[in-house]
Amino acid sequence: MENYYLNNLKELEAESIYVLREVAAKFDKPALLFSGGKDSILVTHLARKAFFPAKIPFPLVHIDTGHNFPETIEFRDRLAKEIGANLIVGSVQKSIDEGKVKEETGFYASRNALQTVTLLDTIEEYKFDACLGGARRDEEKARAKERFFSHRDDFGQWDPKNQRPELWNLFNGKKSMGEHFRVFPISNWTEMDVWQYIKYEKIEIPSIYFTHKRKCIERDGSLLGYSEFLNLKPTEKIVEKQIRFRTIGDMTCTGAVESDASTMDDIINEVSVARETERGTRSDDKRSETAMEDRKKQGYF
Amino acid sequence: MNEADQSNMEILRFTTAGSVDDGKSTLIGRLLYDSKSIFEDQLLAVEKSSETKGLDHVDLSLLTDGLKAEREQGITIDVAYRYFATPKRKFIIADTPGHIQYTRNMVTGASTANLALILIDARKGILEQTCRHAFIASLLKIPHIIICVNKMDLVDYDQKVYDDIVAEFRKFAAKLEVNDVHFVPISALKGDNVVDKSENMDWYGGSTLLYMLETIHIGSDQNHVDCRFPVQYVVRPHSDEYHDYRGYAGRIAGGVFKKGDDVLVLPSGFTSKIKSIDTFDGELENAFAPMSVTITLEDDIDISRGDMIVRPNNQPNVSQDIEVMLCWLNPKGPVPRAKYYVQHTSNEARAIIKDILYKVDINTLHRNEEDKDIKMNDITRVKLRTTNPLFFDSYRRNRNTGSIILVDESTNETVAAGMII
Repeated sequence: MENYYLNNLKELEAESIYVLREVAAKFDKPALLFSGGKDSILVTHLARKAFFPAKIPFPLVHIDTGHNFPETIEFRDRLAKEIGANLIVGSVQKSIDEGKVKEETGFYASRNALQTVTLLDTIEEYKFDACLGGARRDEEKARAKERFFSHRDDFGQWDPKNQRPELWNLFNGKKSMGEHFRVFPISNWTEMDVWQYIKYEKIEIPSIYFTHKRKCIERDGSLLGYSEFLNLKPTEKIVEKQIRFRTIGDMTCTGAVESDASTMDDIINEVSVARETERGTRSDDKRSETAMEDRKKQGYF
Repeated sequence: MNEADQSNMEILRFTTAGSVDDGKSTLIGRLLYDSKSIFEDQLLAVEKSSETKGLDHVDLSLLTDGLKAEREQGITIDVAYRYFATPKRKFIIADTPGHIQYTRNMVTGASTANLALILIDARKGILEQTCRHAFIASLLKIPHIIICVNKMDLVDYDQKVYDDIVAEFRKFAAKLEVNDVHFVPISALKGDNVVDKSENMDWYGGSTLLYMLETIHIGSDQNHVDCRFPVQYVVRPHSDEYHDYRGYAGRIAGGVFKKGDDVLVLPSGFTSKIKSIDTFDGELENAFAPMSVTITLEDDIDISRGDMIVRPNNQPNVSQDIEVMLCWLNPKGPVPRAKYYVQHTSNEARAIIKDILYKVDINTLHRNEEDKDIKMNDITRVKLRTTNPLFFDSYRRNRNTGSIILVDESTNETVAAGMII
C-alpha cells in the first residue's frame, strides 16, 4: 500500500489554503492585510495557490505609516503588479492631517499605535467584512489565544475572554451588520516553518531580511536603524553596523540584529540557534507586559 | 538530516488534560524547555512576573497563560496553543484549562488532536476528573492516549503505586472506546522519564514520554478509504488563458482521488470522471486527505459550495435526520423548538433539536433519560432535523465528515459541537 503522508510544511500549506478558501466563500468583501513583512508575503503566496489558476479574489491592503522602510514599499508595489493584485493603501499621515489621531512626541514616538485608527477607518470605508492577517500563535502570548476566525464587534474590538469556540475545521463566520472578522490562515506556523517554506518555495522577500550595512543607534539593548523619523537622545550616537532584520515593522520600532546572514540557509541556521523570540526586537511589544493584548483589543493587527 | 532542517517531518497535534495541581504546566514547561523551544526573553519575562507575584519559583504556567485576566487570576481561561519541535517531529499542543468550562475547552482542544496526554497524580490515583478526561478523549475519537502517572518522586518511585493505577485505568477504559493507550511513570518536576530515562525506576522497561510522542504511528489517523470531497469554492478565472476553466476547490475529507476516477456528485446524483487534479505547482495523479486541491470534471455539471464529490460505489449517508452526541458550549441552553444553523463540512443548513434522548454523566458514564434540560458542558444524545440533507459518515469512521457545529441564529455564537453517531 502506498504511504499517503504529508510533511509538516505541506500539511500547514493545506490547512492555510483551506482557511483562505473559506474566507473567499463566506464573506462578501474580504481583504488581505499586507505589511510587506515575510508573514504577509507568505499569506499572499498561499492565496495565489488557493485560487489558482484564477487571481486572488480580494485586494491587498497596506496601512502605510509613512515610516516604512523604503525597501518594503518598493517590494510591495512590485509584488502587487507582478501578481495582478489590487493594492489599497490606507495612510496614517492622512489620518494625522485630518486630525483623527495625534502624532506622538518624545524619544519613543512611534506611529505604531496610530495605525489602528487608520486600519479601522479603511475597513469601514471599503466595507471589508473579513481581513486576512499573517499573525501566528507562536509569536506572542496574546496571539497564542487567537482563533483562525476572530470576531470583531462594530468598534473593531477583540474580546479575548469571550471568543467563540473553534472546533475541527468548522469556522463560524456569522456576524451582524457592521461587525467584521480578522482571519489568520498561518496561525499554526512557527517562525522556523515560515523560513523553511520560503526557502523551499523560493519566495522572494525584501532585501532588508538579509545582511547589509546600515547606520544604527543603540537604545535599551536594541539596535534601531537610523532614520529621520527617529528622535535621538543627546547621548545616542550613530554607528554603522552589519545587520539584518528578523521582523519588519516601522523604522522607529523595529530592532535589527547583527548578522552576516546573506542566504536563506544562513537565516535558517541563525533562527535555529536563536535564543530570543523574533518579536524580542520589537519595542512596540515592550511598552508593557500586555502591550499586544491591549492593542489587539482595540483593533490592531 | 541536519538539525536545522525541519522541513520534512510529521506534525503531531496533542491535547493536554489535567488540573492545576497535576503538574501539567510543569510538564509542558519541561517539554518546551528541554527541546529549547523557550527563548531567553520569554523565560526572563516569566521570571520577572513570578518575582512580581512574590513566588519563590519560576511559574512556567505564565508561559501559556497569555491573557491579562489569566495572569491576574492565575488561571487559564482559554485553550492556548504551543509549538515545539525535536529533530524527529513537530508538535502542536492544545493546552486546555483544568477547572472552569472544563468540558467545553477540552472538547475544543481535542477536536483537532491526534493524541491526548492525560496526567494523573501518583499520590491521588484515578480521580473523577481522570475518567472525565478519558471519556472526552474517547468521545472525540482521539486516536492515541498517553497516561502520565506524574509525581512518582513523591511516592518513592514505587512500582506498586504505578501498577495499581495502570490496572485501575485499564478496568475503567474497558467501558470506553479507546484503542491505543500508553502508560508512563514520570516526574515532570525532576525530569524522570520525560526526555531522559529515569535512573530511579529500573523496574520500568518502557520508553520515555518524549520518545512516545516522537514515535507513535500517526500515519493511519486519516481516513484514506472513503472518498469524500466537500466543494468549498468554485474557481472560475475568466481569463483568456483559462477561458472555460471551472475547477472545484476543496480539502479532501477522506479517501484518495485519482485522475480518471468515476465520481458522483451529491446532492444532484450526476456522475462524471475526474479530468484533472490541479494545484499551483502542477497537476497531480492522485490526491488524498487532508490535501487542498482543485478538481476538474469531464462533464459540465452544476456544482456549488456545499456539494460533495464521492465515488459511486462508496457513498456517505444522505439524510435530514441525524443523531448526534452533542456537547453544549454556551452559557445559554437551548430553548424548545429553537432553530440553529448547522455547519457540516462546507455545507450549511438550519436545524432544530427534535428530541433529547439522554444525557451522559461524564463522571460515571451513567445515561440519564429523565433530565432533558441541556446546560453548558453537558453531553447529550439528540436527534436533529435539518432543512436540507447533509452528506455524512459516522464520526467514528471519519472525523471530517462526522462533525458538526450549531450556531445560534440570533447571537451568531457557536453554541454546540456534535459528533454524528
